[in-house]
Amino acid sequence: MFTANKGRLAAVAAVAVGAVVALAGCASGDPLDSGNTDEGSATLVIGSQDYYSNEIIAEIYAQALEENGFTVDRQFKIGQREVYLPEIESGSIDVFPEYTGSLLQALNPDAAGGTAAETYEQLREQLPDGLNVLDMAEATDQNSWTVTQAFADTYSLTDIASLTNVTEPITVGGPSELQTRPYGPTTLTEKYGIPIAGFTPIEDGGGPLTIKALVDNDIQITNVYTASPNIKSDNLVALDDPDGLFFADNVVPLVSDKVDDKAGTVLNAVSAALTAEDLVSLNSESVNDELSAEKIATAWLKQAKLF
Amino acid sequence: MTWIWSNLDLLWDRTLDHLVLSVPPLLLSFLFAVPLGWVANRYRISRGVILTASGLLYAIPSLPLFFVIPAVVGTSLRSPLNLIIALTLYGVALMVRVVADGLASVDKDVRQSAVAVGYSGWSIFWQVELPLAAPVLLAGLRVVAVSTVSLATVGAVIGAQSLGSLFTDGFQRGIQAEIIAGIVLTVVLALLLDGALVLLGRILLPWTRLASTSRRALRAARVTEVSE
Amino acid sequence: MNLFADALNWILDPANYVGPGGIPVRLVEHLGFTVVAVSLAALIAVPFGFLIGHTGRGRGLAVATSGGLRAIPTLGLLTLVALWVGIGLGAPYVALTILAIPPILAGAYTGFEAIDRTVIDSARSVGMSEAQIMRTVEVPLGLPLLIAGIRSATLQVVATATLAAYVADFGLGRFLFAGLKTRDYAEMLGGSILVILLAVLLEGIFTGVQRLVVPKGVAAARPSVDRGRSARPASGMDPAITKGTH
Repeated sequence: MFTANKGRLAAVAAVAVGAVVALAGCASGDPLDSGNTDEGSATLVIGSQDYYSNEIIAEIYAQALEENGFTVDRQFKIGQREVYLPEIESGSIDVFPEYTGSLLQALNPDAAGGTAAETYEQLREQLPDGLNVLDMAEATDQNSWTVTQAFADTYSLTDIASLTNVTEPITVGGPSELQTRPYGPTTLTEKYGIPIAGFTPIEDGGGPLTIKALVDNDIQITNVYTASPNIKSDNLVALDDPDGLFFADNVVPLVSDKVDDKAGTVLNAVSAALTAEDLVSLNSESVNDELSAEKIATAWLKQAKLF
Repeated sequence: MTWIWSNLDLLWDRTLDHLVLSVPPLLLSFLFAVPLGWVANRYRISRGVILTASGLLYAIPSLPLFFVIPAVVGTSLRSPLNLIIALTLYGVALMVRVVADGLASVDKDVRQSAVAVGYSGWSIFWQVELPLAAPVLLAGLRVVAVSTVSLATVGAVIGAQSLGSLFTDGFQRGIQAEIIAGIVLTVVLALLLDGALVLLGRILLPWTRLASTSRRALRAARVTEVSE
Repeated sequence: MNLFADALNWILDPANYVGPGGIPVRLVEHLGFTVVAVSLAALIAVPFGFLIGHTGRGRGLAVATSGGLRAIPTLGLLTLVALWVGIGLGAPYVALTILAIPPILAGAYTGFEAIDRTVIDSARSVGMSEAQIMRTVEVPLGLPLLIAGIRSATLQVVATATLAAYVADFGLGRFLFAGLKTRDYAEMLGGSILVILLAVLLEGIFTGVQRLVVPKGVAAARPSVDRGRSARPASGMDPAITKGTH
């Protein structure tokens, strides 16, 4: 009996090992694995952040390039900048939708910023060899200090400095990194003399939970991206920023040397057509209509009469 | 619910990604745990050291482990290998204790009889101890399977596509159906793997079926006893 | 290795021990959260476990339910409940209590099942009522396995409670997320080490408790108990192997 069992166990072991090897093979052939991009020079690897809006833009780039005869490899939802920037620098991703000001601050924390054009110029100077940015779009998705309309009305808030009108304790809500950002709560206190009562971390990047906390008055101000459809649908106000606390964040394709002039022309045509209102409505189709990035991108390209 | 019907292909893709992330750790952790568990069972000192170490390993929160592994191993931050290594570590941590306890549950008399009829140490392990401990190992493997499938979702936070990506995406976009679909698929996948292991056990370990039938008979007898 | 040295420096830096976000406050919050979540789970799981263990009924259902609960990914449950109830500790409590139920449930009923049937039959034959049997025989004898179940649940909750910081300004998880998002890996790793230390501390306490709760007679008979149970090792093993997910 035991001899037979031994044979059985050996068979299991063999199958198990085979399966491990096979699956490990799958894993290393997985598109997520880096260093696996030598599939002919015609293939462009397109990445995106783990942010639905960024994924839509990446999908638009991908479909536009495909329409023009390029082969693309979609590697979407790679996480945040700290995860994907080293990969772009190492050349394993060729096209990535970026935001001028945020990328500039990631490359140089001491950058001066300024208007959209100034920010774009500084960004071009900061880019390492082998990386370029193409034309930027009119569409922006920048940080803002946002409050509810009711809160703004109560204390007649217009710009960031007017937050000193507020007489109740102000709790700031947002992702952990907001606490240490140059435009964060510390700056509000030091630069404008706005007392901040506390900080509540909400790690959804200005998503529904953050909005809910703001609407429920659990927090009083938060950082919402200006292209967020919630600003309109939840009756929020992004406070004016006359001092340029936040950098301009125009949408811009970050590309590697593998992106030739022909591909560059295609992406520039996309950027030329992408307006600020477009981006808000693309985001709204994702959040409110729950459409997939693929469908949203196809519909936009058709409506913009591109390709 | 319309979200689910219009995204069936996405759900299917994520399920496949999830399988690729969770099946290798399951097999690897078994392969590593058997020798470690054997050593742990063999010597009193190694038992203490190995079991304490594996207990501590399991207490490490998964999120930082996903970041420490690339730093130590030198893999790229978003390589699926990181996740496979991390999940294998957790699997080993669970499985080592099971293997040690399973081997310890083999009756000493049986082992001595095997020695008496001339089995060598090596063949006692393969032909006596391992088959007798197999039902316990299978029970342990089932727990590892379920917990690995569930744990693999956390990889979404570091950009490894899995069913967990449905949580982060659904969370950002406020689509509850997407999160619920992710949870349900994770549970279904875990239970399917669990069922596959049970089936594997039926095929490979036919002698345990006998034991479980007699145990069921025993329990049936006990239940009648209590209700009387 | 530098990373670990940096993490140790972070832990030893006195500046990290002051204020509402300091290490002592986070430790106490984390510990308090763990105690409450495990207690809630025990309140739910222990009565059911005892009932299943005493009557021998519903075990299949309990195994299936715990299997299902164990497979529920905590991150998914947390995000879903958070969308319903908003920020704060509500969602983490729900998610972590559900995480802690399966091991405690298994500990409760396997503790009863592992008792030698002759002991219970003897109790019945000397005229004890079912309630008396439960109170004076089954609960004390089953206690070691129940404590083992609570121990696994606690370990799991301690490690996973870091996720509470996803939706609340709470616990040691704050160091993980803050470190992660600002690329301060010393803080992230330091926070993880604190979680592990807390887990070790709780392990130590449970080892002591487990020694204390073993009834004297059982403790004396222990070595032979292990041998006699080989007929059904799998059920006796449950608490040790019922750890689930982070």
